[in-house]
Amino acid sequence: MADPLHQFQVKPLTPALDFGEVTLPVVGQVHLAFTNSHLAMTIGFLLVVGFLTLVTSGAKVVPGRTQAVGETLFGMIDGLTDSIIGHDGKKYFPFVFTVFTFILGMNLLGMFLSFTATSQLAVTATFGMITFLLVVIIGIRKNGLRFLKLFWPTGAPLVMRPIVGLIEFFSFLLRPLTLTLRLFGNMMGGHIALKVFAGFVATAVIGAAGWFGVLIFPLALGMTIGLTALEFLVAFLQAFVFAVLTCIYLNDVVNLDHAH
Amino acid sequence: MEAEAAKLIGAGIAMSGMIGAGIGVGNIFGQFLAGALRNPSAAGSQIGNLFVGAALAEALGILAFVMGILIWIS
Repeated sequence: MADPLHQFQVKPLTPALDFGEVTLPVVGQVHLAFTNSHLAMTIGFLLVVGFLTLVTSGAKVVPGRTQAVGETLFGMIDGLTDSIIGHDGKKYFPFVFTVFTFILGMNLLGMFLSFTATSQLAVTATFGMITFLLVVIIGIRKNGLRFLKLFWPTGAPLVMRPIVGLIEFFSFLLRPLTLTLRLFGNMMGGHIALKVFAGFVATAVIGAAGWFGVLIFPLALGMTIGLTALEFLVAFLQAFVFAVLTCIYLNDVVNLDHAH
Repeated sequence: MEAEAAKLIGAGIAMSGMIGAGIGVGNIFGQFLAGALRNPSAAGSQIGNLFVGAALAEALGILAFVMGILIWIS
């Protein structure tokens, strides 16, 4: 039986799609292949684009069922950017919505496919870095050097300000890391736990545990079912939390002068 | 002690960082429930804050978990 970490291996789908070592113009030598990770992300992308196209194609004033689902998703993120960033929130809505739907699509697909794209550190690190760099670029373009006010807490006593500012600075630098590891750890941890309990079920069924199997089987199967339900919640929650934190980080730099 | 055994024990000990995350998340939801029962009308508007707080507390436990996994597989 494969160990619980086997599911996270990135491998070419078929030998025909493995192009081997290729020298690319800018990047240099890379191992190019169409992998299961690639496939999961492509399906996630097609799912999001297809669903939103389906939702908006026959848009009516009184929404049907599918349109209502799309409008709820849209309205949720719209409410988020509006309530957290405020008046300027509309400008940043497309980015937050894109990140949210893509992560949600990949998380949910992980429950149906044998591979979860968001359980790869490379994928979540890309999302974390994009968000972090966007925050820094927007902060500097909007505020110029006053961007550094972010690390000068006016609420603290004067003596404390350099120390608090230094802590603020390091926690700012840790943001992409925590964004990355939260999504990665939640998805990886959940799927490992699922596979471990599924492994108990398999052990009991093939009779490797002897008569104990009768005892183990219902417990492990019930746990697997419960964990599956929990994973669906986690899949949604982590995408939502990523969107909320993106909004909070954007709010820090967009409303730097009148923080509320 | 063999190096392999020490590594596995170390990975297990690294996981104990999740104790703190468990206490933190439990505290957040418990306090939320206590507050929500006192003033149910204000509870709905704080659901977003609740989950952000829970996610922030949980992230620290996840750091310990990732560290444990890293020790285990390296």
